[in-house]
Amino acid sequence: MGDDLKILVIDEDPLRAAILRDGLSDAGHLCVEWIADTANLFARITALDPDVVLIDLENPNRDVLEQMFQVSREIKRPIAMFVDQSDTAMITASVDAGVSAYIVDGLKKERIKPILDMTISRFNAFSRLQEELEATKTQLEERKIIDRAKGILMRQKGIDEQQAYTLIRRNAMNQKKKIVEIANSIVTAADLLS
Amino acid sequence: MNGTSSRIPVRVGFIPLVDCAVLVAAHEQGFAADNGLELHLLKEVSWANIRDRINVGMLDVAHMLAGMPIAQSLGINHVPMPTIAPIALSTGGNAITVSRTLHQALHDSGCDLSTPLGAAQALRHVIAHRSEHGMAPLSFGHVFPFSCHHYQLRYWMAAVGIAPDRDVRLAVIPPPYMVKSLESSQIDGFCVGEPWNRQAVAQNVGTILMPVHEFWPNGPEKVLGLHQRWADENPDTLAALLRALGEAARWCDDPSNRAELATLLARPEYLDVREEHIIDALDGTVAFTQNGAPIRPEPAQALWLYAQMVRWQQTPLSAEGEHAARRTFRPDLLAQAVPSCPPPAANAPAHTLDGLSFDPADLAGYIQALDSSNA
Repeated sequence: MGDDLKILVIDEDPLRAAILRDGLSDAGHLCVEWIADTANLFARITALDPDVVLIDLENPNRDVLEQMFQVSREIKRPIAMFVDQSDTAMITASVDAGVSAYIVDGLKKERIKPILDMTISRFNAFSRLQEELEATKTQLEERKIIDRAKGILMRQKGIDEQQAYTLIRRNAMNQKKKIVEIANSIVTAADLLS
Repeated sequence: MNGTSSRIPVRVGFIPLVDCAVLVAAHEQGFAADNGLELHLLKEVSWANIRDRINVGMLDVAHMLAGMPIAQSLGINHVPMPTIAPIALSTGGNAITVSRTLHQALHDSGCDLSTPLGAAQALRHVIAHRSEHGMAPLSFGHVFPFSCHHYQLRYWMAAVGIAPDRDVRLAVIPPPYMVKSLESSQIDGFCVGEPWNRQAVAQNVGTILMPVHEFWPNGPEKVLGLHQRWADENPDTLAALLRALGEAARWCDDPSNRAELATLLARPEYLDVREEHIIDALDGTVAFTQNGAPIRPEPAQALWLYAQMVRWQQTPLSAEGEHAARRTFRPDLLAQAVPSCPPPAANAPAHTLDGLSFDPADLAGYIQALDSSNA
């Protein structure tokens, strides 16, 4: 399925932009351009002349874009997707996913809907990916702290690793705290006393 | 005092600017809690986001530029979205700053830069000189198509016959990028709120030409904006919110609270800038009350802003448009919620830089007079 719609993605996050671009090209959209920084935005948009502009909602330059589309006579004037409010669910889903679309007037809805669906699902997938990464990072950091605490106990009390871990765990249970919190206090105390 | 669990939650969007102070104080100083509300303050990066999140109901109320509820109610470049403003959150606070190069050129014109009109005449000379020498037109930054900053720049320029759409370039730039844009000569001047004007001076990048209140006194700068739908469905919550914001506004404008307010606003979850920049800004022209009371958003002020939108061809003049604009600013809701709030004296907008007086009852006449004075 080929499609000659020109799509511009404005996103400071290269990974998310790549994920979206892949999705769009899998769906047959080959004219996808990506802009990360918004220097000279006007000149670049004029050169690209896009039919659809997708921008992440964390981007302060969204206000710049709105004004450009409003006043410019030199570029096609894409308008916010809210202009036709017949599909409230999609608009809500898009704001929820953190992305906004500007679409050149006159494009048929059936051509736009799959693009927006794809964008929303890729943005959501990216958020999940980021949350997972964040969780993994936290886990790794916690593991490091617990290992350090175990090492301190092993040296100070002349016990083995399993005993050191049991000691931390028992303390955590008694004090109704997380294991990493007890480990953290051991590390802090050791740092202070060293 | 209610416990947290019994308080009614209200989601409040804001942009990190000094004039979000009333919202922050309502939450942090307990005025919301005292009125049975639990405010959830949500920081946003663009006015477009604020508009969209209010529209889909992800925010209940928000910090808005005074022109936004009007533009949204009229549906300019957007689906019509009935939005109301029952209280203004600030007046004043904006200034026009120019690059040091442009300031020198304005100075060399020999005009008196100490008055808004003199400075505008100087600008007209510089524009004419640049055009004769085939130089690129000057560029000025503002913050949003429906911001007071935008209309203030245009009003000031047009008062001496500069045609903003022909003689200069106007561009939206997010406030945090304003100083950098001036430094890199992407723009020659801007109109913005604090702390960005002072920042430009502190970094030796620009010179403040004038605070805007010298020619645009008492107009609402930011308002509390909300969807009509939310107001209809939550009248008691809205009344409680207006009481809380009224108390917070008085607290913010009490000079003995300034230092504490600056400390609050400087925190990372709010403005995340240095406290002394906020202190400086609070000492400037921004105000959170008027005559010691919460600021009423007067329908006459909404009509004045509507007249600017018509003047600069953002929307056509129509009886429906006029009616919609008038119904956007709702001081009656504030007066109901805060009975002690005194009605202000005759509060017709006093904008007379161009010698034309504004009569809210004769909008068409005013716009006609503007048209014939437009260059």
